[in-house]
Amino acid sequence: MKIAIRSGRVVDPASGHDAVADLFIADGRIAALGSAPDGFAAEREIDARGLVVAPGLVDLCARMREPGAEGALKREMRAALAGGVTGVVCPPDTDPPLDEPGLVRMLRQRSREAAGARLYPLGALTSALKGEALAEIETLAEAGCIAFMQTGALPQDNGVLLQILRYARTFDLPTWLRPVETTLAGDGVAGAGVVAGRLGLPAVSALAETVALYTIFEMQRETGARIHLCRLSSAAGIALVRQAKREGLPVTADVCIHHVHLTDVDIGFFNPDYRLDPPLRSQRDRDAIVAGLADGTIDAICSDHAPVAEDDKLRPFGEAAPGGTGLETLLPLVLKWCGSSGVSLTTALSKVTSAPATILHEPTGRLALGAKADVVLFDPAAHWTVDRAEIVSRGGSSPFSGYELLGRAMMTLVGGEIRFDRAYGSGGNGR
Amino acid sequence: MKPEFGRNPQLNRNGELHHLLSIEGLPRAIVERILATADGFINVAEREVKNVPLLRGRSVFNLFFENSTRTRTTFEIAARRLSADVFNLDITRSSTAKGESLLDTIDNLTAMQADMFVVRHAAGGAPYLIARHVAPHVHVINAGDGRHAHPTQGLLDMYTIRHYKRDFSRLTVAIVGDILHSRVARSDIHALTTLGVPEVRAVGPLTLLPEGLESMGVRVFTRLDEGIRGADVIIMLRLQNERMRGALLPSAQEYFRNYGLTPERLQLAKPDAIVMHPGPMNRGVEIDSRVADGAQSVILPQVTFGIAVRMAVLSIAASSQRIQ
Repeated sequence: MKIAIRSGRVVDPASGHDAVADLFIADGRIAALGSAPDGFAAEREIDARGLVVAPGLVDLCARMREPGAEGALKREMRAALAGGVTGVVCPPDTDPPLDEPGLVRMLRQRSREAAGARLYPLGALTSALKGEALAEIETLAEAGCIAFMQTGALPQDNGVLLQILRYARTFDLPTWLRPVETTLAGDGVAGAGVVAGRLGLPAVSALAETVALYTIFEMQRETGARIHLCRLSSAAGIALVRQAKREGLPVTADVCIHHVHLTDVDIGFFNPDYRLDPPLRSQRDRDAIVAGLADGTIDAICSDHAPVAEDDKLRPFGEAAPGGTGLETLLPLVLKWCGSSGVSLTTALSKVTSAPATILHEPTGRLALGAKADVVLFDPAAHWTVDRAEIVSRGGSSPFSGYELLGRAMMTLVGGEIRFDRAYGSGGNGR
Repeated sequence: MKPEFGRNPQLNRNGELHHLLSIEGLPRAIVERILATADGFINVAEREVKNVPLLRGRSVFNLFFENSTRTRTTFEIAARRLSADVFNLDITRSSTAKGESLLDTIDNLTAMQADMFVVRHAAGGAPYLIARHVAPHVHVINAGDGRHAHPTQGLLDMYTIRHYKRDFSRLTVAIVGDILHSRVARSDIHALTTLGVPEVRAVGPLTLLPEGLESMGVRVFTRLDEGIRGADVIIMLRLQNERMRGALLPSAQEYFRNYGLTPERLQLAKPDAIVMHPGPMNRGVEIDSRVADGAQSVILPQVTFGIAVRMAVLSIAASSQRIQ
């Protein structure tokens, strides 16, 4: 299908392009920007006046809850498209964990049937994610895993961690780690500080992050492993990553969008919507995250999408399931950060398009000629209120519930196919 | 349910006490009204007929998700003296053990015409969750949630201090022991600062002191001698045995050597200092028997005052307008 997207503000962070232009798509790829290729006869003309035309978002952490919840993937994929997300990286903390090639193949098959965003499965680094024995990561890579992750915390046994990194390096498989030292994190449910102290909530010290980072960096120096750090949360941790990058260690890092906007004060009187993992920290930490995004210490922003059943949130704070829905709020929240921090729209969008695609070594997240046409058209001036009833995802709980946000995806294309069109309802033509 | 978590749900829109969830954020006028109301109930206990009809026809459910004989009993006595119908539910052994969720339990009991829930729960914030969930006419009283708050204990401690010291505005109060895990300490700190106590001290080893105490208006001491020097009131906290299992403390003996209140150490405080303890005490761990049973100890009066204070809380909450 040949598509002409007319007169939108085309923003391509990878090239720095930001101007009103026509974008042409043919055979699922970007065919031209500006003037149509010779003999281009559009089968579909889209009027994008007043809209921003950008690469579809690539979300480095979105839980589809499959395997685990039957039928969940299809619904979450629709949520992704409704949020303008065209690539989702699924962490392996599924039920059962993604540590067998058969599971990966099944997941990919279901993703093809769902015809949603592109699926990038992360394989479990260790068997059942227990942090004890290596999973068959080379076989898992063959089955389609894009990288390998230890969710939750680092393996408690440093010897295991060292061998994992050596083995992954053997096959040059990217390793994703959450910098959390498990014994220091303990059973904490809130960031250590004034709020946790006052509410008497078990706290996670920033030491859990910094000690883990020291360990990871030392092991990188030893093994040369390439590591992506998931979900940084503390000012001290970001300072260490900045140093490591300066030293030239092969490391990239992301934060989740809620840490860009929220602090522990938002917990208020035990609001379980703010039970998040990693926990929210102080204003100082939030400031460091914003600064880290601006100076490039933090490469990417993810949604950390975690659909949680309402019953699992209606519990006392510490017993509530952590996380919240995020795919549909990622784009407006990035725009909100863009507006408040003064970074350019190209820089802001790069954190959810070209930068995460680069971390994945995928040629997406850009509007270059010949690139796969994963595109979002969004209305930067669309007001909407985050409301359970409006959310496509199975999880209605969001730390941004009730927020008035600006900016909303109107149309989402994956591989040149219009898979979501708000004009036809939230499901687009995929329904 | 559309809960508002930014607003403390314990006051209704008229600013009246509808639930008692925490002393934090409670206006001084309400704290003082509770203490003044308790004065009236002290005399009730001395009368031949100890009951007043303020809660006649109302059903008070004691919901203890965590065991506590003492607190539950004093709440029960308080509610009975107000002529309420009292029901004790030992939840640890019943429905939740069968997998029923907290809010389902609450719904079921509300269907049994409960008017008031007195809740103890191991998780901080549980009474908030319940207070946001219940019907507008139902009141929730926090009888201790996790490490967060034990507001009626805080109030009865204030009643005790007021009884012996009269004026809060010149006092030095030292809270000694396991502040980190103590809901009593947090409630006492909020109550003391609300009532204008100029010097509130927290005394304990660094392993048992939470972050952020200074921001609560507290001076932190790690040595007992300095911490109680010149104090008017010393509140000793109970040390749980389980604290000795990890690396928080090596042993009860070493704790007592450093933080146990002995008659010799008590001499560092003002000569007329009073010694309090929320109970149950560990003699020889946080407190020497000679101090616990000594002339300066007001530990047993605390228990007596506790009933009057709980009567005051129950009756004041029950009389709030239903405009939540």
